[in-house]
Amino acid sequence: MGAGSTHLLYRDGTSPVHRLPPEVKITAMVAFTLVVVATPRARFWAFGGYALLVAVVAVLSRVPPGWLLGRTSIEVPFVLFAFTLPFLGTGDRVDLFGLRLSEEGLYGAWNVLAKATLGVLASLLLAATTTTRDLILGLDRLRCPQVVTQIATFMLRYLPVLVGEAQRMRVARISRGDDPRFLWQVRGLAAGVGTLFLRAFERGERVYLAMRSRGYTGRMPPSRTDSAAATTAQWLAGAAVPAAALTVAAVAVALT
Amino acid sequence: MSTTAPALDVRGLRFAYPDGHVALRGVDLTVAHGARVALLGPNGAGKTTLVLHLNGILTGVEGTVRVGGMTVGSDRAVLAEVRRRVGIVFQDPDDQLFLSTVAEDVAFGPANLGLRGAALAARVDEALAAVGMAGHRDRAPHHLSFGQRRRVAVATVLAMHPQLLVLDEPSSNLDPASRRELAEILRGLPVTVLMVTHDLPYALELCERSVILDEGRIVADGPTPRLLADGELLARHRLELPYGFSPRP
Repeated sequence: MGAGSTHLLYRDGTSPVHRLPPEVKITAMVAFTLVVVATPRARFWAFGGYALLVAVVAVLSRVPPGWLLGRTSIEVPFVLFAFTLPFLGTGDRVDLFGLRLSEEGLYGAWNVLAKATLGVLASLLLAATTTTRDLILGLDRLRCPQVVTQIATFMLRYLPVLVGEAQRMRVARISRGDDPRFLWQVRGLAAGVGTLFLRAFERGERVYLAMRSRGYTGRMPPSRTDSAAATTAQWLAGAAVPAAALTVAAVAVALT
Repeated sequence: MSTTAPALDVRGLRFAYPDGHVALRGVDLTVAHGARVALLGPNGAGKTTLVLHLNGILTGVEGTVRVGGMTVGSDRAVLAEVRRRVGIVFQDPDDQLFLSTVAEDVAFGPANLGLRGAALAARVDEALAAVGMAGHRDRAPHHLSFGQRRRVAVATVLAMHPQLLVLDEPSSNLDPASRRELAEILRGLPVTVLMVTHDLPYALELCERSVILDEGRIVADGPTPRLLADGELLARHRLELPYGFSPRP
C-alpha cells in the first residue's frame, strides 16, 4: 500500500493492531492520552498501570521495545525542562541525593515526564501501525475538516517531488563549485530555497488546473474505492485500551 | 447535441492574457469524430492556451468552441459536461497525479461525475487496464517510472469516458521504449485524439492529419506526411525534423 520513503515511522505488519481501522486507533490514542493527562500526578501506581497497557499494545503490534524507546528521544526538550523544575520550584524543600530540592518541583517534573512519555509512546504505537495515508483517511472519517486532510494529502504526495527538486538543484549548484561551509556562504542555498518556493507555487497552479479539468469544483469526491469503515466489533476492540486506562484512573481517584 | 456534429469545432477564437499578450488571433479548427490530429507549433505559439480553451478553463474574448455540438460557456452544468467530454492529459504527470495512490487518482475524475461504489471501481479497473497499469493500482505515483506515470495520467482521463482526448506533449521526457509503448496504447484507444507536440516523427506515426499553430493562428492544415515533407513550411514556423529523419511520401 504505497509503503516507502514517506513513511518515516510506519512498520509494515499484519498484527491485530495493524488491521484495526485508522479512525479507531486515532480515537483510542487520543482517549488514552486524555485519561493519562487527567490522572492526579501523585497516584504513582496508576502510571505503572498505563505503562503496562502500552507494553501490552506494543507486544500485540509486534513493535520491539528498542525501536519504541529509541524514538522517544523526540521528548528530550520536555525532559530537559522537567529536570529544571526541582531546582526552580518553590515551596517545601526535601533532601535528595545530597541536594535540597523543591518538593513541588519534583512532583512537577514527575508529572511532565510520566505523562509526556506515555503520550509519546501511544503516538509512536499509532504511527508504527498506521500508514500516513491511512492516518489521513482516519481523520477524514472522524469528520476532520476536509481542508486539513486535503493539505495533508498534498503534502504527502508532493513532499517527495519537492525533495527531488531540491536535491537536483543542490547537485547542480555544487557541480558549479558552490560549497558553503559557513553561514555567510549560504547565498546559493538561500536563493535555491526561494526558487523552490516559486516552483512549488507554480506547480500548485498547474495541479489546480489539472484538477479542474477533471471536474473539480471545490469539494473532493470520496475517491476511495477500497476499505470499508470500522465495524462495531472493531470500535469495541479499540475502546479496550482507553477503557482499561479509565478504570485505572477511576480506581486511583476513588482511593484518594 | 447531434451525433453528426464534429468532435471539436473551434471558430474565430481570440484570446489575450490579462497582461495584454495576445495568445490566439482567430483560431479555426474542426476535428471529426474518431480522427487523430496533431497540433504542431513552436514554443510560445499558443498551443497550451488553445488546449485550455477546449474544456472552458480559459474563455476567449471572441469566437466559439463547440465540443460534440455543445458550446463551451460559463454555465456550470455545461462546463461539467464539457470537462467530461474533453479529457486533457497535461505534460507533467506530477501535475496530474496528486493523490496518494494510482487508483485514487484515476477515481478522482469519475467521482467528480458522481460515480460511487462498484461503478466507480469498474471505471478505475477499465481505465488502468487500457494503459496496461492494472497491476499498479495501489502504488504511490512517486514510486512509478516517468513512463508509467504518463500512462496513469492518460488513465485518469480515460476513466471519465471522454469523447476527445487532448494530450500535451505526450512523448516528452520518455525513453524510446516508453514512447513506443504509449504510441501503441494511443493507437488502440477508440477516442478522438488531439495531440499537441513538436515531436514530428511521433505526429507522423500517430496522426493522419496535422495542423500548425503559430503566433496564435492556424497556418497550415493537411495530411501529416505532406506537411512534414514541406521543409520550407516547417522552417518558417521553427519546426524541424530530427537529423537523418525523412518522412515517407
